[in-house]
Amino acid sequence: MEIDRTGFQIYDDAELDSVEGQVIEDLKANSQEEIADPDQWLDEELQQNILLTTVDWVINWGRRSSPWVSLCFPACCGFEFVAAMGPRFDISRFGMEILRASPRQADLMITAGTMTWKMAPNIRRIYNQMAEPKWVIAMGACAISGGIFRSSYSVVPGYNHIIPVDVYVPGCPPRPEGLIYGIQMLQEKIAKRKNFTQKG
Amino acid sequence: MTIALSGKEVATKLEQQFPSGIISSTEDSLLVKGESLFDIISFLKTSPEFKFDFLNSISAVDYFNYFEIVYHLTSMEHNHSLVLKTRCDGRENLSVPSIVSLYEGANAQEREIYDLMGISFEGHPNMKRIFLWDGFQGHPLRKDFL
Repeated sequence: MEIDRTGFQIYDDAELDSVEGQVIEDLKANSQEEIADPDQWLDEELQQNILLTTVDWVINWGRRSSPWVSLCFPACCGFEFVAAMGPRFDISRFGMEILRASPRQADLMITAGTMTWKMAPNIRRIYNQMAEPKWVIAMGACAISGGIFRSSYSVVPGYNHIIPVDVYVPGCPPRPEGLIYGIQMLQEKIAKRKNFTQKG
Repeated sequence: MTIALSGKEVATKLEQQFPSGIISSTEDSLLVKGESLFDIISFLKTSPEFKFDFLNSISAVDYFNYFEIVYHLTSMEHNHSLVLKTRCDGRENLSVPSIVSLYEGANAQEREIYDLMGISFEGHPNMKRIFLWDGFQGHPLRKDFL
């Protein structure tokens, strides 16, 4: 069967070669000068030491890469946290290995355990003493909602009755991997923070 | 382990000294009146035959009609032990003599019983709540606490 070639634009080889040759000739004509190094105006020492980024990114990078933890381990989740601190799970890989006995040096409160009403004023005081910016991870069922002790006469049904909570890590107790994942979620949250246009 | 003294044997030895103080006795324990509790424990601590120089624990039980306070005593010297009980009837204004002047370790335990069961100990140097805060309504370990 005869192929209908009407409507197709057919180039022959000589025509294609001449178009290609023209492109190369034009580029060659315009490329006689060497392109100068954009950093040429900087001296050599400066060239190796300048990075361009945003202030928000740098501040958030610093904050999320070293959240120091304040001591708030009222109950059994504390042991799972100690396991996460230890060499097997080793949260120091993420730059958060330092436990601060003083809340004034801490950025992050990991609330590992049941809080009683008698303990609640002290936990709020610890939170108030932490310097801004500060974050809270509610670790375990008791910290989220009071857990199995929720209906007890002496237990606070969740840390969010006392202090604002950023990340909730469920479990009774959570595995150290779960806690590490929670801290990584917090790091993602810190990375999204706008430091100059929004508060909190 | 210590040798658990029979409540009946101890009762026969105490009967001459405290004829009206002992209500009943079983193989396991000795039930005494609240009024003579301090004198009996004081005697058990000082007499050379018993010499109960250590207080293991004080606990309280709610039996609805009455509360029972249970004392576990041990003698380090003779290596024997005794369970002593006393009762207080009703549910309001309950009181039992304090034994803090005999055993300093009773201090916190009597406060705990006051806190959670609502039984006050007469003669205690600091009779107030220990676990719960001032202003807490009720005594949570009672059976009728909601």
